[in-house]
Amino acid sequence: MDVLEKLTILTDAAKYDAACTSSGGNRTAKAGYIGNTSSSVAGCCHSFSADGRCVTLLKVLLTNRCVYDCKYCVNRRSNETRRAAFTPEELADLTINFYRRNYIEGLFLSSGVFRSPDYTTELMIQSLRLLRENYRFNGYIHAKTIPGTSPELVEQLGLLADRLSVNIELPSEAGLKALAPEKTKAAILAPMGQIQKRNRESKEELVKYRHAPKFAPAGQSTQLIVGATADSDLHILRLTQGLYDRYRLKRVFYSAYVPVVEHTLLPSRDVKPPLLREHRLYQADWLLRFYGFRAEELLDDKTPDFDPRVDPKCSWALSHLEYFPVEVNTADYETLLRVPGVGVTSARRILSARRVGRLCVDDLRRLGVVMKRAQYFLTASGKIPDGLRFTPDSLLRGLIAAERPLLPQQEAVQLSLFDAVGVG
Amino acid sequence: MTEMVYVYDGSFEGFLSCIFESYANKEVLTAICRDEDFAPQLFACRFIETNVEYANRVIRKVVKCSPYAAELLRKGFLSCLSDREILLYHLVVKLLRQGPHFLANFSDETLNPVVRAVRHLEGEAHLLKGFVRFSELGGVLGSEIEPKNQVLPILRSHFCARYRNERFFIYDRTHRQALFYAAGKAVIRPLEAFQMAPPDETEANYRILWKRFYDTVAIKERFNPRCQQTHMPKRYWKTMTEFQDDAYFTAQSSPASAAIPGAPSETPAPARLSESGTSAPASAP
Repeated sequence: MDVLEKLTILTDAAKYDAACTSSGGNRTAKAGYIGNTSSSVAGCCHSFSADGRCVTLLKVLLTNRCVYDCKYCVNRRSNETRRAAFTPEELADLTINFYRRNYIEGLFLSSGVFRSPDYTTELMIQSLRLLRENYRFNGYIHAKTIPGTSPELVEQLGLLADRLSVNIELPSEAGLKALAPEKTKAAILAPMGQIQKRNRESKEELVKYRHAPKFAPAGQSTQLIVGATADSDLHILRLTQGLYDRYRLKRVFYSAYVPVVEHTLLPSRDVKPPLLREHRLYQADWLLRFYGFRAEELLDDKTPDFDPRVDPKCSWALSHLEYFPVEVNTADYETLLRVPGVGVTSARRILSARRVGRLCVDDLRRLGVVMKRAQYFLTASGKIPDGLRFTPDSLLRGLIAAERPLLPQQEAVQLSLFDAVGVG
Repeated sequence: MTEMVYVYDGSFEGFLSCIFESYANKEVLTAICRDEDFAPQLFACRFIETNVEYANRVIRKVVKCSPYAAELLRKGFLSCLSDREILLYHLVVKLLRQGPHFLANFSDETLNPVVRAVRHLEGEAHLLKGFVRFSELGGVLGSEIEPKNQVLPILRSHFCARYRNERFFIYDRTHRQALFYAAGKAVIRPLEAFQMAPPDETEANYRILWKRFYDTVAIKERFNPRCQQTHMPKRYWKTMTEFQDDAYFTAQSSPASAAIPGAPSETPAPARLSESGTSAPASAP
């Protein structure tokens, strides 16, 4: 089997992993080594595939042979698919040559469980060591940790990679039991705890000794599959929040379940992936990380799922109208961030600009505030935009109308004019 | 105070000299034109000779008032804003009259167009950090881009750090200039015409591998071209490997043409370019 064929099989098997970021690294260029990771704080996207997802790393499996039989996965052992494995040299050669041509920011290495988690991880370590030491690769490496790997091997992996991730995949223990019987919650959380602890220790050591080895300097992330099990948005968001609080994760990725297999426990094959739901979860995820929201504020047991028609921040604002309107000339940063249509950038600009003079409505537009959403929720020098009149009912309609062009095409068709009029 | 139109040679120093002269002559500028764009008009015109000493005095004064304003001046001049000279001139005038306080207000009507243009420049440069595609030809990495703004000065530090052990060049088709790097030295030089040499066997092979990877990694159930184009506008596709037609992936086994990319046989290797003084090498068609 030639490299082109292997690349095809092993990319096809890896593509359902959502994580594709190159942020958080700070390897500077070194003499005699190839590359660095300090392109910018936010990472660097090298292309966007036809599904609109960013391509930043060479995302492949080391092998798609797997002893596990997770029902949702294309690589499970009972699935009849072609199997392949890279040799460490092939993988290193691809990475180096793609990197030199600026196709990629680095390598994302995952793998099916070949023989056992420990054996697979040893193979991954061997490949990454070859790449780092013999091929002198100094770019970004994201490595998957397989649940059940022994701590000594996780340690070695962390010293080679910039970011580690352990995929939770199914957001509940019940889901794991039904669909991924070989995995347990404990086996997933154990390496996560270890990575967090070692990452913290490594940072403390770096303060004392300049050349202390760096353990996963870009932190860790995880992925949750949305729509394969019956878990609610509230459950997923609470889990996310717990992961950020307890394990200091850099990112939680959501992957809308793409039906790849017919199984009684899974959605049928003609179900479309719940892309809008995934989108709303990402929006909420941002609210948790950058806007100071808590999961309990966004959802509760009475409304355990997000409204598909408006974004989570608008939903929150609509059910907390007593907070509004916010006066932009006096409100503090945290309050400004809670206004729909105001983001981190525009809130900072407001703080800076109002020290120079009082702001009026026209200034806000220039500051980057999205007025089609924000206009209902703020005042500038006591005034709302000219000619704006609304009631709580028309407010929802206005926000839905503002949101519609942003939705994926098929969703926009589902929301007909009559739905919108019928609301409230 | 009289109203005037100034004409300059198109260089940054020339532009700064215009600002200097406008104060020296007590003239208010209504337009600042590059000599190549200049068409005779009703307003009184003056051609300003570039004077490096005057330029330095202007930039020193601006840095003293606000280092941020100096950065806006440098980057704003690289942006594709059509009347960037006069907008930057207004910015300097306001800075000298009022002090740097207004620079904190993003919505300020003098500042806003300049900052937006600079953000556009930086945004394009950031995208290109990812979208530049190199081809290896005779041990040199070469690429072409077609940006709206003059991004090469912004891209320079990024690519020089990343490929510090390589020899590479990036050709900017829009502004007809190229960034050359070799052995720790980088220069940006005008380059009138440039034609990328066809790939050899190895290069074609990696192009095929990349194209296959790119096509395979998309999930067809999630097909979303609108989202793709939002993040990666089509104007960048022209110079990206994954969107080229079949001929781009076929090796041309003529090692002579692959030796040095850039067609003209007298094109020196970038290693020598960086040391070859101020004359523009390889600019002969």
